[in-house]
Amino acid sequence: MIEGLEVFKAFQPHRGDAIVTHSGTAGRHWPEVSTNPNRDLRLESSMGQTTSAAFGVALGLPEEKVVLFDSEGALLMNLGVIASIAGKAPKNFYHFLLDNEMYATTGGQPVPNAKNIDYAGMAKSAGYASTYSFTDLEELVTSMESIMDEDGPVFISIKINPEVQNLPMALRKRGGGRSRPETIKDFQKELGIAAH
Amino acid sequence: MVQQQAEILRPETLIEEFKKNGVTHVITIPDSETNYLYELMLEQDWLDVVPVSREGEAPSTALGLNVAGKVPVCLIQNTGMMEAGDSIRGMALDAGFPLLMVIGYRGWTRRGATPDTVAKYTEPFLHAFGIEYFLVETDSDGARISEAFDLTRSSKRPVVVLIGDEYHGFNR
Repeated sequence: MIEGLEVFKAFQPHRGDAIVTHSGTAGRHWPEVSTNPNRDLRLESSMGQTTSAAFGVALGLPEEKVVLFDSEGALLMNLGVIASIAGKAPKNFYHFLLDNEMYATTGGQPVPNAKNIDYAGMAKSAGYASTYSFTDLEELVTSMESIMDEDGPVFISIKINPEVQNLPMALRKRGGGRSRPETIKDFQKELGIAAH
Repeated sequence: MVQQQAEILRPETLIEEFKKNGVTHVITIPDSETNYLYELMLEQDWLDVVPVSREGEAPSTALGLNVAGKVPVCLIQNTGMMEAGDSIRGMALDAGFPLLMVIGYRGWTRRGATPDTVAKYTEPFLHAFGIEYFLVETDSDGARISEAFDLTRSSKRPVVVLIGDEYHGFNR
C-alpha cells in the first residue's frame, strides 16, 4: 500500500506538459503537487463519468498526453468504459487507478469484492496497450519514466492507503480550489482553444 | 409507393445536417434500427465515430470533446437516455455546453397510444430534465435538426432530436 500523495509526487517529475485530471478521495491531493495548474482539469460531477470525460479530452487532443487519476469505486460504476477506451485506443491516454478498496468518502465501506479484483488484468483483457500493477512505492517510482514514454492507452493500477472520511457532511472540510468551469476556462486559454 | 419513399427519413439527411453544423465526433451505441446510419457515418472522413459501452458514457465523453474544442453529438436510443440520466444531469446540463443528442424514439407512434413504456416515458423524462426537443420523422423535417443545433449553441444546453421514424428510415 502506498500513500496517495506519494503517487502524485512520483508522477510529477515525469509530467512534462501532460494534461491531468482526477477523481475520488485521493485525487484531491493532486493540486497540492501540481506545478502547472492551467493544464489541470476538474471534470467530475457524476460518479464514474470522469473517466469518460478524460477519454473525450484524449480523443479531442491527440497530440497532448492526457493523464487520469481514477478511483476503483468510480471505475466500478462505469466499467464498460475500459472497453470503449481500448476500442479507440488513444495513444496519448494514461489511466492511473488509485485503488483503496473502499468508498472512503462515505465512511470506508468496501467496494464489491474489494480485495480480489485484478483491475490491471481487466484492462489488459479489454485491450489496453499495456498495463501495470503496483503495491510498492519504490517500484512505482523507478517505473514511472518508462511508463510515461509508452504509447497508450496505458493502465496503471496502484494500491493506496485509504483516507476515510467519517465526519457528518456538514462538519467536513470542503475541497476548495477552482471549480470545474474555472479549470476549463483556464485550460482552454492555456491551449488556445476557443470555447463554444 | 413513390409517396411512401418520399416520407421516410434518410440517414443521409442526418449526415448532411451533421456536416453543415460542424460536427466532429458522434458518440454512439449502435442499435438494429440505425445500422445503415452507422455504416454511413464510418464512411465520412470528416467524422470520428466513438462507440461506447453504455449510454451514460455519451454525455461525459462529449464534455471532454467539447473541452478539447470539438463538436460532439450523442446518438443513442430513448431506453439508454433514461439510463444516462445522472450523466445528462452532471456532465451535460450542469456543465453548460452545446450538445445535440439524437435519440431514437423507440415505441413512438403517430396514433399516440403505445404498448411500449419507453415511449410513454420519453417526453415526460425530457420535461423533467427541462430539455428542449424536436421531433423528426421524415426528410422534410430535416431543417429541425439545424434548428436544434442553433438552440444548443445559443442556450449552451443539451437539446434533443427525437427520431420518430427509426423503423423505416434507417433500414435498407
